[in-house]
Amino acid sequence: MSGSAEEVRKHIATYKKIAAALGVGTIVTVLASYLDVSVAIGITIALVIATTKASLVANYFMHLGEERSQWLMVSLGLTAVFWLVLMLVPLLTFSDHIGVAKTLPNANANAHEMAEGEEH
Amino acid sequence: MENVATAEEIAHAEHGHEEHELSFLQTYVFSQDHKVIGIQYAITAMLFLLFGFTLMMIMRWQLAFPFRPVPVIGGLLGANNAQLMAPEFYNSLGAMHGTIMVFLGVVPLAVGGFGNYVLPLQIGAPDMAFPRLNMASYWSFFLGGIVMIASFFVPGGAANSGWTSYAPLSVIATEGQTWWLVGMLFLITSSLLGSVNFIVTTLQLRAPGMSFMRLPFFVWAQLVTSFLLLLAFPPLEAAGVLQIMDRVADTSFFMPSGLVVGDGPLEISGGGSPLLWQHLFWFLAHPEVYVLILPALGIVGEIVANNTRKPLWGYRVLVASLIFLGFMSFIVWAHHMFLTGMGTTISTFFQTTTMIISIPSVVILSAFFLSLYGGSIRYNVPMLFALAFLPMFGIGGLTGLPLGLTAPDLHLHDTYYVIGHFHYVVAPGTIFALFGGIYYWYPKATGRLMNDMLGRIHFWGSIIAINCVFMPMFITGLAGMNRRLYDGGLEYAHVQEVLEWNQFMSYGAWTLGFFQIFFIFNFFWSIRHGKKVGDNPWDATTLEWQAPSPPPHGNFSTPPEAYRGPYEYSVPGAPSDFSMQGQAPGANPEPAKV
Amino acid sequence: MEIPYTVAERPDTGLNNVKLGIWLFLASEVMLFGGLFSTYILLRVGAVEWPLGAEFLNIPIGTVNTVILIASSVTMVMAYASLKLGDFAKYKTYMLATVLLPVLFLCIKGYEYYEKVSHDHLPSHSTFLAIYWTMTALHGLHIIGGIVVNGYFWGPGSKMWHTKPAMFENRVEAAGLYWHFVDLVWIFLFPVLYLL
Repeated sequence: MSGSAEEVRKHIATYKKIAAALGVGTIVTVLASYLDVSVAIGITIALVIATTKASLVANYFMHLGEERSQWLMVSLGLTAVFWLVLMLVPLLTFSDHIGVAKTLPNANANAHEMAEGEEH
Repeated sequence: MENVATAEEIAHAEHGHEEHELSFLQTYVFSQDHKVIGIQYAITAMLFLLFGFTLMMIMRWQLAFPFRPVPVIGGLLGANNAQLMAPEFYNSLGAMHGTIMVFLGVVPLAVGGFGNYVLPLQIGAPDMAFPRLNMASYWSFFLGGIVMIASFFVPGGAANSGWTSYAPLSVIATEGQTWWLVGMLFLITSSLLGSVNFIVTTLQLRAPGMSFMRLPFFVWAQLVTSFLLLLAFPPLEAAGVLQIMDRVADTSFFMPSGLVVGDGPLEISGGGSPLLWQHLFWFLAHPEVYVLILPALGIVGEIVANNTRKPLWGYRVLVASLIFLGFMSFIVWAHHMFLTGMGTTISTFFQTTTMIISIPSVVILSAFFLSLYGGSIRYNVPMLFALAFLPMFGIGGLTGLPLGLTAPDLHLHDTYYVIGHFHYVVAPGTIFALFGGIYYWYPKATGRLMNDMLGRIHFWGSIIAINCVFMPMFITGLAGMNRRLYDGGLEYAHVQEVLEWNQFMSYGAWTLGFFQIFFIFNFFWSIRHGKKVGDNPWDATTLEWQAPSPPPHGNFSTPPEAYRGPYEYSVPGAPSDFSMQGQAPGANPEPAKV
Repeated sequence: MEIPYTVAERPDTGLNNVKLGIWLFLASEVMLFGGLFSTYILLRVGAVEWPLGAEFLNIPIGTVNTVILIASSVTMVMAYASLKLGDFAKYKTYMLATVLLPVLFLCIKGYEYYEKVSHDHLPSHSTFLAIYWTMTALHGLHIIGGIVVNGYFWGPGSKMWHTKPAMFENRVEAAGLYWHFVDLVWIFLFPVLYLL
């Protein structure tokens, strides 16, 4: 964080605004959860709000927005990429039904459904 | 408040910290000096390597002579069967052999030992960035090791669900498995703290003039390794916690619904997924195998450059390959899971990434081979190990290809072919490189050379015996002999023809064990009786050879500076065949006593 | 020889050791909680039925806890800013708040846990509760760690302000980064567990 007292005071003014924004975000996300929407939409709304709040904390409270170090940004960038891989790939292995029988052979499945190996 | 150091702080830094009397405990036990910690790691790791190796030698008795009483220690094995090895015990040996060799042996030696000792010296730093954290890393590793060893003595014995601890077997296993999980938590913590230390040290404490492209290849290898440890270990830590919950709190993270064990269905909520464990485990364990090989590649690079009296071929390409390899290692893990019923799309994805990741490995190996061409090769003991590493790692890498392709993997998965593949990479691969490194850096740490004749006996005996152990595994594996069979495949019709190899491999293993005696004796004997040498017995260029042998606390009495690249050997027009990295231009070839 | 750049910035990387160190540690923590979030996703997608958070969890209480934790993040950054302005008294006040607010958070969480136990809503009850208990408990352990560290820098550790102020600022900054991360995790945990 930069040095002079003037800049620090400007930062403090920003903190107060961000604090307010976070409070609003919290209320909005709680209210949004009462909306009558599908699960997928609900998840999307909640995650968008959470990501926004998290970005504010990271950018302003953790001063990531002012960080100039390339190594730091690359390290964090890599982390973000691998985190996404960790989120998505196990899910993708479950969702990939091409070439996999939909039900176990002994389960209550019709024989012809199995033989076709229908795509999801 | 300025971020730049105040004049007072700079003055204090230049002054150097006062020499205060440290107690014996502070100097040798709870030391914060990276060299002491490095030696602590190395010695502890080598003890664990010996222990893990012994476990394997016992296993190989069972495989060679199934259902014959085990000599000498038979009384300690199996509950009811006097002198006969119980199947559960065999499984324990297998699981703990793998765990101990990987997590208590190779990584602590390669990263904790070599990394800690050599890295700060090679970058011209006085120590690691966080010495206290370094000490904490070692003791966390030590505690983890104690927990792992202690697990042998709990009711039911040590973990016996494979080093991979697949659910649901591992969840219903005996008490030793919980100890395994707790031990892993300590070990993972140790690695995480260490990796932070290594990265900060490499980025922040390089001496003036030591730009990134002047770093020794060894340092680059350790840097990439540290990123792998930092980012890949935590999901396994999470998974370990989840498995502990499954075992202790009866949760069902990894336990599917409707599981029946023994007398009846388990009283659990179900709804969990055994595959989830596999994903979280292999997310770490694949990068982990690159953690096993990268420091070894670094060591081989140093030894090859030094003993060919030539710069390494393709330094930039080597560094780029390391980085690419590190990145790719995070997106290949499910090639360990081809037979789990994943769909063909995702399997194809992982097959593709796996094929791609072989490219940087081949590039690095090729660069090392090319480095030999035109070199004035000196066949000292470190170089023998480094040279042997090259084709051995080649065999290991090539045999990985059919495993990475889904179609042949259908046949080869979980057979001895896999065991042969990964042991070639780790045993005559990494461990040989580590041996080379010990012979190479021993004079830096002690001021004495290890005995040359004993070293050569150690090398030749080992290289022959180790191939006798692992080469036949490709034969038995292709025949279809499964892993983890406590009777060595005796009951299976399709492997009867290859059973004879079991005895051959066991004799190979025991011979290999025999030849390690030469190394162990040499290591300790040479501390007192090894030939005394100066600071740079190998006429090497990198900064560590500029420090006294052994380096004092703080390493360099005057701060070193890097004036050139790390491998300035045989520079045309130079007064001698090597120019040290820290030697100012125009100075005479003898490095100034610093 | 002293270890350089413990407080001062190294010119070519633009960082001091502690700041780089703590960010790298946080990167590993992202992967740690990532493993747990990945677990949540997998278990939920694979589940035959998955309860609404509200079935087991109290949303108003969770909201209050979220506000408390965000407030502690604000007081943390204000404590750091006060140090930069040289106002030690203000720093002490803000830092005390940063220590006490999460204590309140834990008390409320403890009450939530107690309620669950008395209704037999243990981790073994269902995968939803299993992941709820595990994630909030691990997060709770991180909060305890933060309380200890921040408490140290409010209390005995604050003596360093009088002897080595630049180093003290640097340490408080690092503690702040950790604390904001703990808040960050909760910002995701709360909607995922309580609201979805």
